[in-house]
Amino acid sequence: MIKLIKIFFVIILLSTNAFAASDGDLEISKKNKTNKITNDCFEPLNRATFSLNQGLDKIIFKPIAKGYRTLPSPIRSGTGNVLDNLSNLITIPNNVLQGELGKAGINTGRLLINSTIGILGIFDVAESLGFPEYEKEDYGQTLGRWGVGPGCYLVLPVLGPTTVRDTAGSFINVMGGDPYYNASVNGNNEYLSDKIYMTSKIIGAIDFRAKNIESLDNLEKNSMDFYASVRSLYLQDRQKKILNSTRISEELIDSDWEEIDSK
Amino acid sequence: MKKCVSLFIFSIIFMSNTNYAFSVSPDVFIQSTVNRASQVLSKNISKEEKINKLKNIAKETVDISGVGFYSLGPFRKNLNDDQLKTYSNLFEMYFLKSFSSRLAEYTNPEIEVQGKEILSNNYTIVKSILISTAERPEVKIDWRVFTKNPNNPLIRDLIIEGLSLARTLKEEFSSILNSNDNDINALFKSLEDFSKN
Repeated sequence: MIKLIKIFFVIILLSTNAFAASDGDLEISKKNKTNKITNDCFEPLNRATFSLNQGLDKIIFKPIAKGYRTLPSPIRSGTGNVLDNLSNLITIPNNVLQGELGKAGINTGRLLINSTIGILGIFDVAESLGFPEYEKEDYGQTLGRWGVGPGCYLVLPVLGPTTVRDTAGSFINVMGGDPYYNASVNGNNEYLSDKIYMTSKIIGAIDFRAKNIESLDNLEKNSMDFYASVRSLYLQDRQKKILNSTRISEELIDSDWEEIDSK
Repeated sequence: MKKCVSLFIFSIIFMSNTNYAFSVSPDVFIQSTVNRASQVLSKNISKEEKINKLKNIAKETVDISGVGFYSLGPFRKNLNDDQLKTYSNLFEMYFLKSFSSRLAEYTNPEIEVQGKEILSNNYTIVKSILISTAERPEVKIDWRVFTKNPNNPLIRDLIIEGLSLARTLKEEFSSILNSNDNDINALFKSLEDFSKN
């Protein structure tokens, strides 16, 4: 019954997404079939949450991230590798759902090699063996590939920028889509627990923040509207990931440039 | 008369050859630009001096006016000539400050050009990487180079790990205008405040 309620909740979220995509004033992007309209339907609330998150970041997350940066480089890279290795558990089913069976096979091989020879993922042995560069996938990206629009742009407390579609994707993780979550929270074993799961997620967030201290500081310092810059970068990044685009993406074909050139 | 004709023909040939001789390949142009910037950043001079030198490099190699009009998006159609002129001046000040202070944070960044992709007669994308250090991973940087005049290629956008700086700027400006009832003076004020501070 609880599962049914959860599924219902996701359906509601997705349908809200469909409606939301046709409302709102700010049209951030409108270009092609994969790049659907993203509206900042709740901009005043989002801006308030963004300010709250900035405050939390200054007081809590950034100092922790700076402390994390003082750890020796092998410890940080090992931590990053373990987290990347665990994320394969979400990437692989999403590779399959997106019809990319070849990538699913490669990532399964990567997971097996790094979990065993790479000692629980601490060492990225697969990369040394010449495996292609790892590309994370998630359920939000899969929904995007299936044609679900992003819906409203949201800023969640602590968690930061997202869209309705990506939030729904995250819910799929806790509804059985993430084997690591299932084994930790629902599994009955002595090695994993919900605390370990939460700790790994928090470490993941600190690792991300630590890798982006200078770039975020730089962006904030050089932005006239930091909120709008972060929103733009988040949406561009998601779009790039959904398209699985190479570096030369359709983003570069922009009618505004053509119009300027014709003058 | 014959001499004059010969001289004229020679001049034409010489000038056309000169054009070819000075035509710059976009990837060579980018590598040379980043090398110049890198040299400035690694010099033992004050931050102010670095910023001034970087501004000069930007003036020579970036199509600041083109980036400015692109960043304005559809709003540029609503401006009169005076407003466009004011905008161009303010944008140049904003851009040079933003660009140079962003770069001045780095010390001797090593950028390696890896190739290029010709999108059209007007655009070539030059692919490069910012080589990793102990502190940060490798970063992919693509440069949108405007090649309409092959003798004078100009940078129009930086695409860092697939994220376009020009597009980010356009959406930032659009947000400022949207939250001020599309009043261009609000954007002028923001640009002015940024440049002064």
